[in-house]
Amino acid sequence: MAVKGIKKTGEYFDSVTLMLVARSLTEMEGVDDAAVVMGTEENKQILAASGMLLDEFKDTSDTDLLIVGKAADEAKTDEVILKAEELLIESKQKKVSAGEHQPKSIEGAIEQIPDANMVIISVAGRYAGDVAMEALEKGLHVMLFSDNVSIEREKELKEYGREKDLLVMGPDCGTAIINGAPLCFANVVKRGNIGIVAASGTGLQEISCIIGNEGAGISQAIGTGGRDVKEEIGGIMFIEGIKALEADAATEVIVLVSKPPAPEVLEKVAAAIKDIKKPVVAILIGGDPEVMDRAGARAAGDLERAGLIAVALSRGESPEGIAAKLDARRKEIEKQAAEEASQMKEGQKYLRGLFSGGTLCDETQLMFKEEIGAVYSPAPIDPDFKLDDIWKSKENTVVDLGEDEFTVGRPHPMIDFLLRKKRIVEEAKDPETAVILLDVVLGYGSNMEPGQELAPAIKEAKEIAEKDGRHIAIVCSITGTYKDPQNRKKVEKELKAAGAIVMVTNAAASLLTVEIIKIRSQGGKK
Amino acid sequence: MILNELFEQELKAINVGLVSFKEALDDAEFKCVQVDWSPPAGGDEDVLAALKALGI
Repeated sequence: MAVKGIKKTGEYFDSVTLMLVARSLTEMEGVDDAAVVMGTEENKQILAASGMLLDEFKDTSDTDLLIVGKAADEAKTDEVILKAEELLIESKQKKVSAGEHQPKSIEGAIEQIPDANMVIISVAGRYAGDVAMEALEKGLHVMLFSDNVSIEREKELKEYGREKDLLVMGPDCGTAIINGAPLCFANVVKRGNIGIVAASGTGLQEISCIIGNEGAGISQAIGTGGRDVKEEIGGIMFIEGIKALEADAATEVIVLVSKPPAPEVLEKVAAAIKDIKKPVVAILIGGDPEVMDRAGARAAGDLERAGLIAVALSRGESPEGIAAKLDARRKEIEKQAAEEASQMKEGQKYLRGLFSGGTLCDETQLMFKEEIGAVYSPAPIDPDFKLDDIWKSKENTVVDLGEDEFTVGRPHPMIDFLLRKKRIVEEAKDPETAVILLDVVLGYGSNMEPGQELAPAIKEAKEIAEKDGRHIAIVCSITGTYKDPQNRKKVEKELKAAGAIVMVTNAAASLLTVEIIKIRSQGGKK
Repeated sequence: MILNELFEQELKAINVGLVSFKEALDDAEFKCVQVDWSPPAGGDEDVLAALKALGI
């Protein structure tokens, strides 16, 4: 086995570009492993763990580019290095071919667009706080995608932002729609009269897609980052967001999305909405709805209900009929579940949920807890159900593959499906698996061909089960709109053709799964 | 409230980091300038701390 690499000093590329290049290299025939990373301490640890930290890499800095390949012989590793250089030149040319001069700083960028009003930041966490503060000092709103920014720094940025009437969305804010512009991982939803404030990225995406697919629209969708509603931050931007939407003439309905806020933050949020004249819909995933109810908001039990209630209110209609509509759908889902369950073999009784969206994973956990009982997870809602080994499912299990422990050295599972595809196949080999539940999140930033990516793994999983005389239900929800660059309709068709059952929302997909598992856990009898 | 003035304007962005975020805005026909960013002081934390201390 040969391991060979080169170091290029002073060449900087963003992490996603590098991970996608590395991914292409590992797909080359005869290549065992490959890495293209900046020479940071974390990256060097990853290289060391996979036996690719060469001696010449030990003394490198954040601005050194490291390319390394592992293959049967040196000729192949040379090929890897050459290919990496080609792909990196290509990515640079793509940037330059846009015909735009790229400034080296925010100051330089402002010279190009003096009326800029938003800075999107996705550099490494240890630099991101400084870049964000520089943007705020220049009077610009901030969308801070980066994570690994300390909570002290977050507080400092948000307090400063509040003082200057500037938005600080993040850190770790994956999505927002401001003035119709999709920021980071956002879906294409027309403009309308529903405003959203969310401390939950995929929660915001799921609700905005439900709203869009129902034919309604979004005025603003403000993300805050999940930590905003924790005690240390005190909901600074969540509350500023509510105030901004209250004052916004284009917003007629306000939707609040979050995991359960800290109790004192919840009280602050309740106080902020108490005197608002506009209707407020609140979904606090796993939180006590009573405080929101008391403050005059309509508390919804899941993201789908929240979206549908908001749409009804935005049209001046009563949301009272929604419960009956969803009850009728539940009957249909129960029938579908009975049919699926009847084809399964003895012993098939468990759910395996493989998610890319954290909030969707939580929503499924909650629905299971209410209907059947807690499920195992690396981040369980019931601490007794913590999965010992995150790589191995146990009984009913759901994992969010977007969690840090799964994304070290690889792109987020909304971009790179490799890990999920492997796990789908693994779960299919387990004779106790009844349902594999997946979320497919579309929109800007996400993988452009999720249907084509997942289809071979879905087919393989189905085949593995069939050879063993089993029938596995592969249930997918799609978070996306018909106007997203991937096109929801196309993705839906590809997933169905591969043998998946495609449900309209994560709530519907989870419900179908719950109903199948209910039947299977009673030995297949209903 | 100045924050709400943002909602009256056309969104014009500066992107520091992942190029795909600029490409999304280009695709949706919003103005966005990409900053050719690299870690300050070559990523050397000691130099960076010294520059910060000097207010640079």
